[in-house]
This record gives sequence, C-alpha cells and structure tokens, in this order.
Amino acid sequence: MNDYNQLIFELSKPTRMSYSLPENDVDDSAIDEVIAEKYLRKEDALLPEVSELDVVRHYTLLSNKNYGVDTGFYPLGSCTMKYNPKVNEDLASLDGFTTLHPLQPTSTVQGALKLMYELQNLLEEITGMYKVSLQPSAGSQGELAGLMLIKAWQQARGEGHRNKIIIPDSAHGTNPASASMAGYKSVEIKSNDNGTIDCEALKAMMDENTAGLMLTNPNTLGLFEKDIIEIERLVHDAGGLLYCDGANMNANLGITRPGDMGFDIVHLNLHKTFSTPHGGGGPGSGPIGVTKALEKFLPVPRIVEIEGHYDLNYDEENSIGMVKSFYGNFGVMIKAYAYILTMGKNLKKASQYAVLNANYMKEKLKNHYILPIDNCCKHEFVLAGLGENEHHITTLDVAKRLIDYGYHPPTIYFPLIIDSALMIEPTETESKETLDGFIEALIKISEEAKTNPVQLKTAPHHTPVRRLDEVKAAREPKLRWK
Amino acid sequence: MHPYSPHTEQDIQEMLRTIEVQSVGDLFDDIPKQVRLNRDLNIDNGLSELELKKKVKQLAAMNLGTEDLTCFLGAGVYDHYIPSVIKHLASRSEFSTAYTPYQPELSQGTLQVIYEYQTMICQLTGMDVSNASLYDGATACAEAAFMAHASTRRKTIIVSKTVHPMTRKVLKTYLTYKGLNMIEIDEYQGTTDLSHLKQAVNKDTAAVIIQSPNFFGLIEDMSDIESWVHGHKGLLIMSVDPISLALLKSPSEYGADIVVGEGQSLGNTLSYGGPYLGFISCTKKLMRKLPGRVVGETSDIENKRAFVLTLQAREQHIRREKATSNITSNQALNALMAAVYLTTMGRQGLKKVAQLCVQKSHYAAKHIQALPDYQMVFDKPFFKEFVVKTTVDSRTVNDKLLNKGILGGYDLGDTYDRYEQCLLFCVTEKRTRSEIDHLVRELEGIK
Amino acid sequence: MKVMADYYYTKNHEWLRMEGEKAYIGITDYAQKSMGDIVYVEIPELEEFFDKGSCFSVIESVKTASDIYMPVDGVVTQINNTLEEEPESLNEDAYANWIIGIQLKDKEQLKELMTGEEYETFCK
Repeated sequence: MNDYNQLIFELSKPTRMSYSLPENDVDDSAIDEVIAEKYLRKEDALLPEVSELDVVRHYTLLSNKNYGVDTGFYPLGSCTMKYNPKVNEDLASLDGFTTLHPLQPTSTVQGALKLMYELQNLLEEITGMYKVSLQPSAGSQGELAGLMLIKAWQQARGEGHRNKIIIPDSAHGTNPASASMAGYKSVEIKSNDNGTIDCEALKAMMDENTAGLMLTNPNTLGLFEKDIIEIERLVHDAGGLLYCDGANMNANLGITRPGDMGFDIVHLNLHKTFSTPHGGGGPGSGPIGVTKALEKFLPVPRIVEIEGHYDLNYDEENSIGMVKSFYGNFGVMIKAYAYILTMGKNLKKASQYAVLNANYMKEKLKNHYILPIDNCCKHEFVLAGLGENEHHITTLDVAKRLIDYGYHPPTIYFPLIIDSALMIEPTETESKETLDGFIEALIKISEEAKTNPVQLKTAPHHTPVRRLDEVKAAREPKLRWK
Repeated sequence: MHPYSPHTEQDIQEMLRTIEVQSVGDLFDDIPKQVRLNRDLNIDNGLSELELKKKVKQLAAMNLGTEDLTCFLGAGVYDHYIPSVIKHLASRSEFSTAYTPYQPELSQGTLQVIYEYQTMICQLTGMDVSNASLYDGATACAEAAFMAHASTRRKTIIVSKTVHPMTRKVLKTYLTYKGLNMIEIDEYQGTTDLSHLKQAVNKDTAAVIIQSPNFFGLIEDMSDIESWVHGHKGLLIMSVDPISLALLKSPSEYGADIVVGEGQSLGNTLSYGGPYLGFISCTKKLMRKLPGRVVGETSDIENKRAFVLTLQAREQHIRREKATSNITSNQALNALMAAVYLTTMGRQGLKKVAQLCVQKSHYAAKHIQALPDYQMVFDKPFFKEFVVKTTVDSRTVNDKLLNKGILGGYDLGDTYDRYEQCLLFCVTEKRTRSEIDHLVRELEGIK
Repeated sequence: MKVMADYYYTKNHEWLRMEGEKAYIGITDYAQKSMGDIVYVEIPELEEFFDKGSCFSVIESVKTASDIYMPVDGVVTQINNTLEEEPESLNEDAYANWIIGIQLKDKEQLKELMTGEEYETFCK
C-alpha cells in the first residue's frame, strides 16, 4: 500500500473515461459556428483519461499516505488540532446549505442568513467584542482586514500618518506580512526573559507614528501576557489600537475575553478554536470582532436583522470594502456554529482541559528536554530541544523519530526566539493515555539520543517516503508533471 | 463528561497532582482578575446530537436551493454537475483532518494531490507554474496585482470594467490599503474599450487585468491588448473560467503573464459563497513572486519520488514582512475537489461540459430573443452567459420566475447603471431542453 | 572562515573588489555559511542604478532568504548569469563568484568600508 507511487497522469490511457453526462438535447450546433475559430484552442488540455475506479483507488491510496487528527495524536503547536466532530460534517453537507447560490434573493436564504447572524452573536459573546464580521477567509485575511480597520479608523480621525505596527518577535510570520500588505511598516519588539512583552520597551517604542500593536494572548510560547492591562493603557494612551491575534483563543474560552482585555480587534480561526477540520491546509475561516467605535468600518456586506427578517447590507460609506467575494466561508461557519451549540457552556471546560493537558505534559517532559521558561503555561508550551549533546541530535531528528512512534510531530523551529523549538499543543480532546504514550515516546527518544543516535538521524523509517532532499526541490523546482 | 472530552475525574486529579496544583482554576491564576470573565458565557447549554441536527436542519429547510429551483443564475458562481465520487473522496478524513503538510513524510497524500492539481491548472491555462490555491477568484486577482507590482515596481493596476464587479471591489480594497492605484477601463458594447485602455497604459502600469469570458459572458479579443500592455512593459493578468478553457484558447496562447480565476465550478458546491478556491498560475519568470504554498517534486534519501512544500523562502513564516503575501493556508480540500473533478471529467469530459454549455446557452439565447419583450444586448461571441434587455421590469421578471420555481438571471442594473433592465442568464450543462423551454414560456407570460 | 585581504567589506557581509575602475560585488564566506545551501540568486538588470545600502539582490537558501545590499552607489555594468543555473557556486567559493560588476559613482565611499583585517575582527 505504502509503495503506491503513481501520478494520476501515469494511469491515463486515451479514450478511457470516468464521466457520465446526458446527451445534448438541444440543437447540435458546431462550436465554431458560434465562436470564431481564432478564439478556440487547437490542442486539448491534457487532463487524465481514467476509469471511475481508477479515480477512486488513486485518491484513496493517496489518502492512505496522509496523517490526520482521525489517524492519531497531532500536537502541532499554534494550530489547535482538536477533534473534528462528524455530525458537523453531516450538517454542513445538507442540500439546504450546499445548493445555495450566493446571489439568490435573500428571501430564499433566510435559514443561511439566520445561521450566520446567530453565529456572529455567539462569537460576540465569546470574544466580548461589540460586532463580528464573518467575511475573512482565514486567520491571515482576518489580520489583513483588521489592520485595514485600524488604518480606516485613524484616517477618519485625521491620523493617517500613523504608519507603524508593533509586533513581538515571538509573533507568527503572518503578522508582519499582513502589516506590509495593509501598507504598514512593522517594527519588532523583543520579548523579555519571561517570554512576554517588555512594557518599558513598549513604552519607548510608542510614538506619534504608531498605529497599533498586534498581540497574541496567550502568546506563541503559550504564556499569558500578564501585563495586558498596562499594555492596553500604553497603546491606547499613545493613540494606537490593540489587535488580538486570536490563533490561541483555545486557551481563553469562557475564562477571559479579548474585549475585556481591552483589545479593539480580534480575529478568530474557526478551524482552530471551533473544531472545523483543517482540510490539509484549508479552507479555514477567520471572522473578526471589533469594538463599537470600529463597527462602521467593518467589511461589507453586513448581515442585518429587521423584525425576524435577514438581509445583506452593502451601504456603509465608512466600510473598508469587501475583502473577499460574498460573505465568507459559509460551509465552514456551519460547522463552527454546530460545534458551539454542541458545547454550550462546556466551552469553558474545553479551554480548561486544553490548559490542563499542556501543563501536565510540560511537567512530565521538563526533565528530559530543555524548558526555557518554566512558568504555568496555557494551552501550549515550548521546549528548546535537547540542547548541546554528544551526537548533535537536533530538534528535526527528534521530530522525525516521533513519526516512527506513530505521532505527528509538534511544530518545530517556531517561535523563532527559542532555539530549536518544539512547540506542543495537545488540545482538550486528547485523553491522558494518549498524552502518556506521547510523553513516553519523547522520553525514549531523549534516551536514544545518547544510546542510538543513528536511529534518530535516519528517522523516519516506516513512512511511505523517508527524509526528502529539500535542497534539490528548491534548486531545480519541478512544480508540475512533465 | 462530554463526548468530545475524555477526562474522568480521576484523570484530572492525577494530572493536577503531577502539576502540583489544587484545581484546574489554579492554572489561570496568572490572568489578572480584572480581565477574567466572572460569569458563565451567555450561551445555552450544549445540545445533544439529536437536538442539534433538528435545529440545524430546520435552518437548512428555510432555504431554497438549486435542488428546489431551476438555476439560470451564474455571474461568477456556477451550477455545474458535481460527480458523486468527489464527495466520497474529499470526505476521507485522512485528507480533511490533516493540516498544512509541514512534515512531508506524513503528508504525501495531500502533497501529491496538490502537485497534480498544480499540473492540471497549468494544463488548462497553458502556464508554466501554479500554486496550491488561494482563497477565491477575487483574492487571487488581488494577489496577482501585488505580484505585478512587486515584479515591475510600478504602482498602477488597470482593470477592465468587464471584470466581475466583486473582484473589482476586492481589488479596490487591497490596492487602496497597500497604497497602489487602480484605474478602471470602460467597456464598449460589452467588451473592454481598447481606445480607452490604450490611453490609460503608460510607464507606471504594473498590469492590465482582463477577464474572458468577461462578466457579461463575452469572449474578449486579447491580441491588441496583449501587444499594447507588453509594449509598455506592463504585465497581462487574465481572469478566466476554467471550464471554458476546455474549448477556448488558453491564456498562455494570448501571452498572459499571470492567470487567475474562481475555481468553484470545478466540483465545488455553491455553498452560499464559500469555501471556494482561487487559482493562480504564471510564467516561469514570475515563479518566485507567487504567493502562498507551492508543492514541488524531489526525492527522498532512498531516491524515491516524493513531494514537498518548496520555494518557501517567499513565504510569511520565513520572510515575514517581506513575504510575497501574508497567506498561510490554501484551500487544500477545495483544490482536492477541483483535482478530482478534473480527473473525473478528464480530457474528453471537460470538453463535453464546455460544449454543452455553449450549445444550451445559445439555444436559450435564441429562443429568449425571439420573444417580443426581450432582445440580446450584445452581438459578440459568448460562452455560457448572455445578456438580454427586457421591456418588462427586470425585478418583476425575476420575482415572477421565482414564483414558478426558476432562479432567474443576474440583474445587471444592480452594478451597471448603463444596463438597467438587463438580465445576465447562465445556462450550464445541467439545464435540460425542457427546463430552458419552461423558462422561455414563463418569460413570455410575464407582463 | 575565509577572508580576502585586499577586498572591502560591509557589516552585512558583502564584499567589494576593485579591478581598475570597475568594482565586483559578492557575499562573504561567512555569509554563505550562515545561509546554508543556496538555491536561488535574484540578479538585477543591467544599467540599473542602486544607492549605497539599497537592496540589489535576494539570495534564497532552503530555509531563509537574505537581502543583499549595495556597499557603495553604482550602476550595474555586469551580471553573473551563471548563478542562475549554479547558485551553489556561492557555497563553493563565495569570493571567486561575484554577483554583479558596477561602475562606482564615488570612490571616496570605499573609505567607509572595512578592510579584510577589520572584517575579520568584526566577525569574531
């Protein structure tokens, strides 16, 4: 099974087919009679020609070379790989949702609009923000929209000259990349020895050109920014706005809310915190929540409710405009909505157990790996690999060896401020037995690093492919077949 | 206990003992009291699966979809046939519950699917390289504009008014905040006004964006546009309907530098606007300016063919503020659906779909324009959509069609002042002759 | 770490070598080592003018991308096209493989650069 190594194009044989279409039941006019030949292509697009079983078997065999949350433990830090409930998939695939054209009259899609409106309300309660827009496609687009809101708000106040966004050195790379896309200059603020924001340094950086601060709380080290009240005061006193990267919201549900912490904008990742599957890299969904002052700048269209009737409103002159087609990733929203309704007040327990799991693992592992900051963590924690060691076993070796033990490795070499980082986020849906198994594997690996380093250097051993030549891939890019 | 939570009371106590704290609440002592939520979330208690299904199904039942209505609505999102295999393969949870393939040894499935997807997009567009997909057609267009700016270091993007109005809106948002200029070129009889375009293009032009078939369904004549843009050292960005490319000349034959489009019609459900996928492909020269994920072929230490995320130095997690884009995810699962669709339809099937679209839409157009109250607005070649002007109020037309179970055309008066009382009808391979005849009969009866 | 005595150096690990009125610019051995396997070198167009300190090239390795800055003001008069096909040659010998040749605008600017000896101390 693991040896399957064919491309769909290599299975192709002329005239084989897996489609089935009705015969043409209207005039059988020749295409070049209605579209001049100069507009027509001369050679076919060489798509595969295979039978239906070929299609099914090919993609099934490929799926067998993949590892998902359903396959096993996936403690990828900062990605919240929690269980993706199956009922949510069933509900999102109801015909009453999947067959709706986005330009239908709103009178025919009241159920869809009601669901979105209610989801907005739920997310407003969970974040403590005044209004939520569901439009952004993913977290990074939420960031971009949020930064546009900051700019729009400041321009409206005659402060369009503010061009600087402060971003901690521990932040996700998307933060500075989003700042650039929104036309801002990003300025890095160094973390202090505790891995959190240094308020003195922040104070010194805030000036009349500062537009705002992007903060992840808890941050990417899994540490709560304890000085959040002081940070909030510093940013607002200087005329800036405070942006919350909600990637780590899974630590906060029902415990603390961005709105209560004084954030002006937050984005959520429905595919992290709210259990929607990650899809091998997408689709996600990245709603943003804002304060009352920022509401009028939110992307259009906005969903409005008038006496039980729902509609889409495009008329808001202050809006930043549209950031994507239509209204967001509706199919993803259905799953998040279903998740929140299933969890109800148990959302708080989800965060509590996520934090419990992370602290438990941290305690069990801290004597075997370097723990750079030994504070109570939130939903994730970061180890600094094995440190200096006789056989030069790296974090990459540890990660690859974990695969041999049947686990997906944690996030590695991020955050950048921790050398050789292993960033572990267990999530709340994993049992103590699963955590113990993983802990045991990591401890064994730390011993193997001394006794059997070759095993680590050559890992993984039982995967469909072994370690790859990434230099070759980048030096001679081969990005398509033939 | 809760089905999504495995912890027994005993587990919790053992874990707390290991951590050496008294209670779970102690783990949150570092959060300042002032910012803690000292009440329960104002959310109802959790529903059982049975209750949840009932509630959500009620919401679904409040909608009328294309299973209930006969769809003649297109305007960028299309009701094409979706073969059964797609849902089955895309719901394999080895695909859907994985994340971005950071560990290639555990992700060869996703990586190979994306590699095959990239290949198919290149085959359709004729371009050298494709990325792993972007959010949707509109954002793909905006990303292409940024690529053009990065590559030419010029600051003006010229876009034809025959490009989808929503794409232009998204473009406007992106360009405004980045500090780039956007100039819209008027249309003349449904296609890009060449003389206006020629006046607008100059040495500050990073790119010209043309959609074909354009928003009105018409095929744009590209040859003059291409030579003019390239003559001024700008880039040509084309936005295309991937289904049409089974028949129509590929953008690379027109000399396009970057090709984008909405990939929804490739096996993705309508889903009230998303999730879809945007595709983007370009010439080899621009490869390193591509945004987002790209998968490449390489080999492993045993010299076995393998796939891996590559050219990562462009990306946000390495390049941070200098990245080609902030995008982190792609639309992998939607790209998978597109790949399975293109495989299932294959070389012959996709052409058949495109042919049926042409034949059926022309059949519909012929019969609608024969009605006394309707006339074709443009006399130019079209693919699957066409514009008719009615002497009856266009809103009334659509309302009455809806009463008869028909989802009518897009009302162009909503976005083009010039085209009040004009409807953009779309006819895909799914529409039967009797459905089209029904539409024509109903239109005839509306006064 | 290899340092060429008669070259000029910047703090950003570029080198400059004079040859008559022309100057050649590349990256130092220290720079190539810290980048790792170099996979791509972006080369500017001929006749393009760059100010001192502005970015004229980007060098990509598998895990990083580094901007390469002009040590002095100048116009690009030569480009090393072989780097397109063989970026790894920078790893093999960073001093033998220049990236661009330029016409200096102001020779006085050379005084602002480090000598080989100074650069060696700087890297310690």
